[in-house]
Amino acid sequence: MSQVIQIQPLSQPVQMPLEAAVFSAEVEAEIDRHLAKYPVKRSAILPLMFIVQRERGYLDPPGVLYLANRLALRITDIWEVATFYSMIQTNPVGKYHIQICKTLSCKILGEPKITEHVCNKLAIQPGETTPDGRFTVSLVECLGSCGTAPMFQINFDYHENLTPEKVDQILDSLP
Amino acid sequence: MRIEAIGCEPLQLRRVHLENSRSLEVYRRNGGYEAIKKVLDSMSPDDVINEVKKSALRGRGGAGFPTGLKWSFVPKDSPKPKYVVCNADESEPGTFKDRYLMERDPHMLIEGMLIAAYALDAKVNYIYTRGEYKYLIDIMDVALAEARAAGLIGQKILGKDFACEIHTHTGAGAYICGEETALLSSLEGNRGHPRMKPPFPAVSGLYACPTVVNNVETLTAVPDIIKMGGEAYQKLGTEKSGGTKLWSVSGHVNKPGVYELPMGYDDMEKFIMEDCGGIPNGRTLKAVIPGGSSVYIMRADDIIGKDVRMDYEGLVAAGSSVGSGGFIVMDETVDVFESTKNLTEFYKHESCGWCTPCREGTDWLVKVFKRIENGGGRIDDPQLLLDLCDNIEGKSFCPLGDAASWPIQSAVKRFPEDFKKRLL
Repeated sequence: MSQVIQIQPLSQPVQMPLEAAVFSAEVEAEIDRHLAKYPVKRSAILPLMFIVQRERGYLDPPGVLYLANRLALRITDIWEVATFYSMIQTNPVGKYHIQICKTLSCKILGEPKITEHVCNKLAIQPGETTPDGRFTVSLVECLGSCGTAPMFQINFDYHENLTPEKVDQILDSLP
Repeated sequence: MRIEAIGCEPLQLRRVHLENSRSLEVYRRNGGYEAIKKVLDSMSPDDVINEVKKSALRGRGGAGFPTGLKWSFVPKDSPKPKYVVCNADESEPGTFKDRYLMERDPHMLIEGMLIAAYALDAKVNYIYTRGEYKYLIDIMDVALAEARAAGLIGQKILGKDFACEIHTHTGAGAYICGEETALLSSLEGNRGHPRMKPPFPAVSGLYACPTVVNNVETLTAVPDIIKMGGEAYQKLGTEKSGGTKLWSVSGHVNKPGVYELPMGYDDMEKFIMEDCGGIPNGRTLKAVIPGGSSVYIMRADDIIGKDVRMDYEGLVAAGSSVGSGGFIVMDETVDVFESTKNLTEFYKHESCGWCTPCREGTDWLVKVFKRIENGGGRIDDPQLLLDLCDNIEGKSFCPLGDAASWPIQSAVKRFPEDFKKRLL
């Protein structure tokens, strides 16, 4: 084999900011409620990441710094966890994140047709975001909706028993 | 989609069709929180564990470990706090039963957890729900607040000397966190890597304290076991597989849904062809994956006319297993090479990367599948796939490696024609 394989770095270096993210008093109170559930602060890391994502669009470097301060952890501890979980976004995603289930039951009941329809309609490929930042399309693994396949999730909302017509309706009705 | 019981009175699905079924009021009006009252009034923790042992209830998450036995492993004299953790990380492809239990009857889960917490002397307990099911976490939070307001959670529950807290917790999209030790790593705020067993969680689990991790369907069976007695519950099923089981039916059937069947339901052919309405569009059955993606795939010939009993022993005898009860039906249009490739990609994506056989092995498997798909299949590729599986199965740190191997091993052996036609 004469093919040369280029090894890509696993991730790009991140420039960490000096200033951590700041949240409103209500969000701080919500964070306190999560922290109160556990005898160990670190346990709240995933619930808190979701809050940072909700507030800032994704888990950005100031958000990471905030979590490190709030949980008394190192910055690397936060990145270590963030990069493990597929629902934690360390890069910006569209306002509407369309996650199409591609696992077996959805696959055999029409997922490819739904994916094609969504991608044609938005003129992007899975993994991409529309230039206006409104939509991101991802193919994801089983979302536990096999009895109502095919399906996708837009942000946290399930949309089931999809047909191309239903996809049009759903996407056209988003604010 | 249907949600109903067949061959038995609905037990776990008793309330799902009632209006407002998730409210405390409806739950109470229909027998809810009677079991915890009975427990606090008249049973010792050991009595509870004995009833669960008698019930022959086996873990409904996939492994099928006897629940009473699991509970009895928790050391009673440990000075450490003890924990009950509900595994609601339902992510096994083809499985969606826990979702409807929590959506329609969240108080049944709370009551099951209260009873388990009483039996195990656990004061603080968690429901670990997969991140995608955020709406279920919201439903559980509402139900927990209702229960707290009614004096069913907190201090002095029902006026007795029993205190218990239950909190929801979110996962964030990792299948591996359904494995109990990985779930505990995740709940502690780490990457979801599994841990070495022993020590088992019963001895050293959450925060290195004695912990029992049980699936939603397992815990929701407990209130009925207490109410009717372990023996009566067991008799609903068979000697070794007590009670009823929820089957999540998907794929090529006319009536997909969640079905509650007595353990030992006879037989699988009738279940598919009659209860689930048969195969759509006049097509014929080709294959069934009866217990979630991780179990052996079955050929139609091994089901039709074969009286396959639907319980732990019956399915093993038929060459597969109950697993999580994720019942995926496939008709003649499905190419088992493609369906197996689909599942292998799932396992590659979900391998946590902790151990080499699973991390590298699943990646190699996908590469071989892709090469075959792209026309580069070689005559010895089926054997290569089996050899790779042989180097993963039993050699990985946790059962994910086994789960990735079994679909391939069974597909290559039982559907050789779908592989051979792609080879040079």
